[in-house]
Amino acid sequence: MARVCVAGAGVIGSLFAAHLARVAEVSALTRREEHAEALRTRGLRVSGRADFTAELTAATDPDDLEPPDLVILSCKGTDLEAVASRIAGHWPDATVMTVQNGIGADEVVGRHGDWRSLAAVTFMSGTRHDDTHVQYVLDTATWIGPARGTTYADAQAVAALIVSSGLKAEAFEDLRPAQWSKLIFNATVNTVAALTGLPHDPHFAALDRPGDLGHLVKGLMDEGKAVAAAAGVELGEDPWEMNVLATRRGSAHYPSMLEDVEAHRRTEIDTITGALVRAAHRVGVPVPLHETMERLIKAKEDSWS
Amino acid sequence: MVVAVIGCGAVGSLFAANLATLDDVEVWAYDLAREHVDAINRDGLRLTGAGEVTGRVRATSDAAELPPCDFGIVATKAMHTDAALAATAHAFAEGCVATVQNGIGNEEVLARYVQRVIRGTTFPAGKITAPGVVQWDVKGDTTLGPFEDRPAPFEQVERLADACTRGGMPTKAVEDARGPQWRKVIFNAATNPLGALTGLTHGRVCERPDLRRLASRLVDEGKEVAAAQGIVLDSDPEELIDYAARPEVAYDHKASMLQDVEARRQTEVDYLNGGIAGFGKKLGVPTPTHETIWALVKGVEASW
Repeated sequence: MARVCVAGAGVIGSLFAAHLARVAEVSALTRREEHAEALRTRGLRVSGRADFTAELTAATDPDDLEPPDLVILSCKGTDLEAVASRIAGHWPDATVMTVQNGIGADEVVGRHGDWRSLAAVTFMSGTRHDDTHVQYVLDTATWIGPARGTTYADAQAVAALIVSSGLKAEAFEDLRPAQWSKLIFNATVNTVAALTGLPHDPHFAALDRPGDLGHLVKGLMDEGKAVAAAAGVELGEDPWEMNVLATRRGSAHYPSMLEDVEAHRRTEIDTITGALVRAAHRVGVPVPLHETMERLIKAKEDSWS
Repeated sequence: MVVAVIGCGAVGSLFAANLATLDDVEVWAYDLAREHVDAINRDGLRLTGAGEVTGRVRATSDAAELPPCDFGIVATKAMHTDAALAATAHAFAEGCVATVQNGIGNEEVLARYVQRVIRGTTFPAGKITAPGVVQWDVKGDTTLGPFEDRPAPFEQVERLADACTRGGMPTKAVEDARGPQWRKVIFNAATNPLGALTGLTHGRVCERPDLRRLASRLVDEGKEVAAAQGIVLDSDPEELIDYAARPEVAYDHKASMLQDVEARRQTEVDYLNGGIAGFGKKLGVPTPTHETIWALVKGVEASW
């Protein structure tokens, strides 16, 4: 049986941990001891699209866990540096999979160890009710591709494991097209939602009148597409079409950056929009709209600090 | 002379209370907030802060009570101009009406209801702290000039400016008042929404280099739209931004748009960034940053 460690048990990490516990030996590496103890004693409950409680081990110190074959780094981009540094020096034979929003997570991990790695983007979503209860909301897939020292076959094997656990996953030979599509989508939808307070709803696709939000959304996505093109990346899905489709489904999704802003937490602006802006500067493509969004979000973070 | 202030919010109150200190001016205030109106009629209209003034003002929420006036000073939020003028225009059949509102496009609305219109721009600011009481946060000048399409006679503009000045609101009458107006519109459009979107006061917006540069980008786009109309700004909005950021001026001032957002009231963004973007579009001047800010603030309004 495969051994999986989920490092960072927020929404995404909890969804992975609980599902995978049905087909693998799963442990969770948490930041708080209280969280680890709750998971050890109460297990991890999933509600929503599935309904079960999984048993798993948990600890705050990697030394207290059996060396895993696969580490899923599922913390937020803002915590990646800290979490990666905690597993530094441990588990040299493990494969590390990053699922952070944005691009560049793999480089961050690479600074802390020379594990073999896979890159993933996930489109599933949920709501965390407490340390041991997560609600599974959107059952969209996780896409996985090879990164350092891994092959398409490795990505396929992990995708198959995840699928067997009841979640959706797909392996790709090259993840960059999907990663960039999601980056552009996220950099736009997250920042617009966080600044306006609107969930991702039909306003984001409205183009009827001047001043409608869709014009800005489209403008931000066009800038992102120009960066991808200049970086030599052929996009997977078109971010604007992803936006139109998502808003037509009728559901109003609360992007994580909006939740962060409402809870007065630091946002992932540096790893999402920041990553796009840095990539734009490297390839010499102007992105004034994204720069504007980045400045406004950072200033907003300052308003409660 | 008889003056009616239409919309007795913070700015309207500054004019009403100060003018009411003059023996030769009878001041009326038209406002829909009943508690405010009742307090003014009972206790007078009181200003605190930058100046301590209590003015005897006749306030009403019933436009029919307004007598024939020599002057109107319109100080409603820009989106309420239409309704306010529809109700009160009868009082100005023989008079002149000035706007001291934020944004662009207000004169055009006034001209649909009255014959003699005065283009105006005012810088003082404050906030209502209780019914009948206004805190005067920032002192500043006012500029008045005839509105080109439907002008008030210049000597009437001078007469109103003289009364305001004597009352304690320094006011200049000029032939072309577009320069000061666009300077203020550009100033407001470059700073108010940044406060509204981030929650920061004017001073804190300005001390962040990245936001200050964003304000400059908005200023530059606004200047190009003004220049395309042949408008000569009376001074650089950039200087005004830095001046207002000083601790003793308006460092701690929450822009009116931030006050609106916090109270979940509709903002004036359509008349500021939306106004500049609209003129830009007509004139073929690109204003991508104003369009961005406009869409974001409209999004904020839509989220309530």
